[in-house]
Amino acid sequence: MKKHQQKLSKGGLLQLSKIANRQAICDVLVEKAKTDKDIVVLCSDSRGSASLTKFADTYPEQFVETGIAEQNLVSIAAGLAKCGKKSFAASPASFLSSRSLEQAKVDVAYSNTNVKLIGISGGVSYGALGMTHHSCQDIAAMGSIPNMRVYIPSDHLQTRALIENLLKDEKPAYIRVGRNAVDNVYEEGNVPFSLNKANVLHEGSDLTIIACGEMVKPAADAAKALEEKGIEARVLDMYCIKPIDKEAVVKAAFDTKAVITIEEHTYIGGLGAMVAQIVSATYPKKVINLSLPDCPVVTGNSKEVFDYYGLNEEGIIKTAMELVGYAK
Amino acid sequence: MENLTALSFELRKDVIDMIYKAKTGHIGGDFSVMEILVTLYFKHMNITPETAADPERDRFILSKGHSVEALYSVLAKKGFFPKSDLETYSQFTSKYIGHPNNKVNGIEMNSGSLGHGLSVSVGMAIAGKMNKSSYRVYTVMGDGELAEGSVWEGAMAAGHYKLDNLTAFVDRNRLQISGSTEYVMTQDSQDERWSSFGWNVIHAVGNNIDSLDRAIQSAKDTKGKPTIIIADTIKGYGVSFIENSAPWHHKVPSQEEYEKASAEIEQRRLAAIE
Repeated sequence: MKKHQQKLSKGGLLQLSKIANRQAICDVLVEKAKTDKDIVVLCSDSRGSASLTKFADTYPEQFVETGIAEQNLVSIAAGLAKCGKKSFAASPASFLSSRSLEQAKVDVAYSNTNVKLIGISGGVSYGALGMTHHSCQDIAAMGSIPNMRVYIPSDHLQTRALIENLLKDEKPAYIRVGRNAVDNVYEEGNVPFSLNKANVLHEGSDLTIIACGEMVKPAADAAKALEEKGIEARVLDMYCIKPIDKEAVVKAAFDTKAVITIEEHTYIGGLGAMVAQIVSATYPKKVINLSLPDCPVVTGNSKEVFDYYGLNEEGIIKTAMELVGYAK
Repeated sequence: MENLTALSFELRKDVIDMIYKAKTGHIGGDFSVMEILVTLYFKHMNITPETAADPERDRFILSKGHSVEALYSVLAKKGFFPKSDLETYSQFTSKYIGHPNNKVNGIEMNSGSLGHGLSVSVGMAIAGKMNKSSYRVYTVMGDGELAEGSVWEGAMAAGHYKLDNLTAFVDRNRLQISGSTEYVMTQDSQDERWSSFGWNVIHAVGNNIDSLDRAIQSAKDTKGKPTIIIADTIKGYGVSFIENSAPWHHKVPSQEEYEKASAEIEQRRLAAIE
């Protein structure tokens, strides 16, 4: 508990310098739209929550407001893309990945239009607003659509690198970011990034922790703590959920004795499910999936929800200790 | 100008050939929409196989995607692909599937799930405005399709953005799979619905080339708002025993029906020439 309190107070101080991933998306788009007039941002009364007000104000002629109409948002984005635009459609991940799922399937993925769907306030970001506003099934939903890529970046630096890379291709993608500013995983000027390749944040041969999004930081912290206990954990930042970096997963299964996956998503059809499928078909090892349950989550803010379900540094350490005991 | 009425009957024969061979298809809607497609592709739209990639080309989305056999016959006639390709319609490994598929030359977007085409067209029309392009965007919806809520999201946005480069059609044949549209879900009062969303509303006799021609020209001349053309059509138009019959939404003709229908289509084609 003492440690927890210390972390909170430290976190409070860091709060000032934190940047939300959604802000990084706006920053990149504002910067690139200066010279790239084909970039178009669409919002469904969501420019504020998507941190895209600056884009809308700076480039009103490259911004389309659809009102609270997510289906329309996605179809219009596809129509624009079909006419040469680079569409970025931003709306809460909860609605984008369910209400407009069919538009994502038909008009974006199936028609292969250059639409980047930006799911904002993803996972349990909206906390006490409840299940209507949570998107704990979006990897499963979007990932199940042929030709739809799924990305969940870990911090604002990686988010920037991801968006810069996605601007270079003309294929569909779904990108989920959280609402809250999060601690940096990477350092300014040192953001290794190769599209669709997981980043190895920590090397180890005892076990592998595969994480995405807001779970990457606690995974990296857990690996450091485990090191002090004599356990060497490899940490993979699997921001590319689909196409998943299969090579990195197979290597982890081969090199290490067990795998922990951690994600802000239910256990159904998410990162853990995909990893387990690969591991079981190649070098079968025990895979433990730390995730959210298949029910409305407990009421609370993101941190309270994560702590309740063990989606934190302590949860990873506990699971790792048990697993290493099992593996030995 | 080519006799477009006769051409519409010629293409109906291609449609019934496709459906009879494949034993699948939506003949009723194909026949009701045919004159709309023919008037667009052979009179108004700036699109040919040679200009298929031109950014200034006119765009067409078949929102009522199940009438794809009619679109295939039109695109083949326009030269987008050889007519012989249509012999593979709905056959194993064919790209000529039962709904529009943009692997086929001349087809811009995949459709088939109803209620998408209008919103996609809105996006295309907004892009045209952004680029200060002169192209026009056309889409055709079925009247049963109007029960999809997403249609009205698109309608609202088109009115809001005053998309006068967008023309939508309702193939108002008054029938859907389960029977009359008015029995399934009321679709009368289209004028009030569309005009309240900021649209210019025009009625046309939907199986009459001249009436459609005038309506499309009027839509082109209308500034400051999108146009909806309520095309009053006859489902199954062109073959008397198929006309106005809900089961013929997707019924496949028997050999006898196929021969009888083919004969009537030919008879009406010849009558149109005379």
